[in-house]
Amino acid sequence: MRKRHVSAILFFVTPFGVLFALFYLIPIGYAVWQSFHTVQRTGTFGPAKEVFGGLVQYRQVFSNGPFWQSVERVLLFGAVQVPIMLGVALFLALLLDSGLVKGRRFFRLVYFLPYAVPGVVAAIMWGYLYSPNLSPFTAVTSNADLLSPGLVLWAMANVVTWVYVGYNMLIIYSALLAVPTEIYEAAKIDGAGAFRTAWSIKIPLVLPAIVLTTVFSIIGTLQLLAEPQVFRSFSSAVSSTYTPNLTVLSTSSVPNFSLAAAFSVVLALATFVLSFSFLKFTQRKGVR
Amino acid sequence: MMAAFRVPRYAAMLVMAVFTLYFLTPLWWLFVAAGKKDGQVTEGRGLWPDHFALGENVANLIRYNDGIFLRWMANSIAYTVGAALIGTLLAGMCGYALAKYVFPGRETIFNIVLGGVLVPATALALPLFLIFSKVELANTFWSVFLPSLVNPFGVYLGRVYAAASVPDELLEAARIDGSGEVRSFFTVSARLMAPAFVTIFLFHFVAVWNNFMLPLIMLGNERLFPVTLGLYSWQSQINGHPELRALVLIGAFISIAPMIIAFLSLQRFWRSGLGTGSIK
Repeated sequence: MRKRHVSAILFFVTPFGVLFALFYLIPIGYAVWQSFHTVQRTGTFGPAKEVFGGLVQYRQVFSNGPFWQSVERVLLFGAVQVPIMLGVALFLALLLDSGLVKGRRFFRLVYFLPYAVPGVVAAIMWGYLYSPNLSPFTAVTSNADLLSPGLVLWAMANVVTWVYVGYNMLIIYSALLAVPTEIYEAAKIDGAGAFRTAWSIKIPLVLPAIVLTTVFSIIGTLQLLAEPQVFRSFSSAVSSTYTPNLTVLSTSSVPNFSLAAAFSVVLALATFVLSFSFLKFTQRKGVR
Repeated sequence: MMAAFRVPRYAAMLVMAVFTLYFLTPLWWLFVAAGKKDGQVTEGRGLWPDHFALGENVANLIRYNDGIFLRWMANSIAYTVGAALIGTLLAGMCGYALAKYVFPGRETIFNIVLGGVLVPATALALPLFLIFSKVELANTFWSVFLPSLVNPFGVYLGRVYAAASVPDELLEAARIDGSGEVRSFFTVSARLMAPAFVTIFLFHFVAVWNNFMLPLIMLGNERLFPVTLGLYSWQSQINGHPELRALVLIGAFISIAPMIIAFLSLQRFWRSGLGTGSIK
């Protein structure tokens, strides 16, 4: 390392580093600190004092039924929605790349368009489309109440799928475009058809892109907030503890910041564990 | 057997057409509903505009509550464009340094920043609110704007791009010519990294534009709301104020129209950008 570059490195790294410390590291540290403390008051209106409470909050987190139900709910949501979304994204990307489709630019654009719609707006729009007395699709909504307790989770899964299929498709499709065409020619000479090429050559080559999109989807699923929050105005089936993030939000507005902090720490750890185990699992299988 | 089986072109096109309907119908319906008089979405044919009153509805939307909707749109633009412009430069600079200089702690810094990508919004928004409350900055423009400047994924993209597109030989030549490191960055490297900056900007822009948790927790004053939070607050009051439904629908349409236009015009950047993000 050259000594004379020190000031340049500081110039490039410091602005981002300071903001990252202020708005990422310190808040995370503060949340952890908060989760180990409880507020004590002398009398009902006495001055509040924060005292070390040890694992009190975490004991509450682990005995909190609604929170774990919400965790189960998003895990079920993710286990169904993520494979469907990425399966469709991969299928559409392969179809676009197969040479069978005319007007590829047009389709690519149309499929990607929902990504421009923020989750809140997408949820509002679909909420109306699902509402029995407002929807233009009365044939569907009068036969199946998509906002009922049994179906509303999957109604939301459709909103998330609608927004993100095209985005994920584009990531996978871009990876497909980067594959050198000589590989395909070699496969053709060996007598491989379109399916064989897709299965044995294309999919293995774009697995890194699929892994990336899966990790982002896992993170997104555990953070589900805008859609259920908006759907509370359409359906009484969505409670204030419907997803882990809603639980954190409603706990903090009680307000019980220490418990809310403990919830978010547990949620953050769960996100890390799930994303990393997925990465490790795929690495062990020799994907990368 | 597999090799002998051929997919007919029309079957592929049929699949593509069905998905086109799936993606476009909700947007088309929103356009039609936004044009219905007084939000009477159930009147007339559901998917076809009749008594088209889009202009009138837009005028109502803009008049309502002293033009609060335009204020929300302006806020959204300030939050997203401002944060994405500054955030892109800072993330790009940091990624560049991590790619082009070898220094102790480089990998540690990179790994910590990369870990930041995995941190859920909740884990940040709540403690940020408490911290901002302590310094009396909660419920201000800055409480949403400042945290939005940080983009860890941008650092990752910046490093990947800088490593791929800025040759060491070129930097060495600039050094021999007597150019300082910072000047070389702005005159040579930044130009080579232009596609990277566009990509980081687009990702950052969408992330801030979609961020719901942070403004929801930080802001109580509705004049500071971004448009998504504004629309959400209208939607959640609909039971008490049914007249808001018309405004929610037209507002939702107006709020996404500029984004859709931007997406259509910037799509080639998206494609090249996403490609680089996925190949490592």
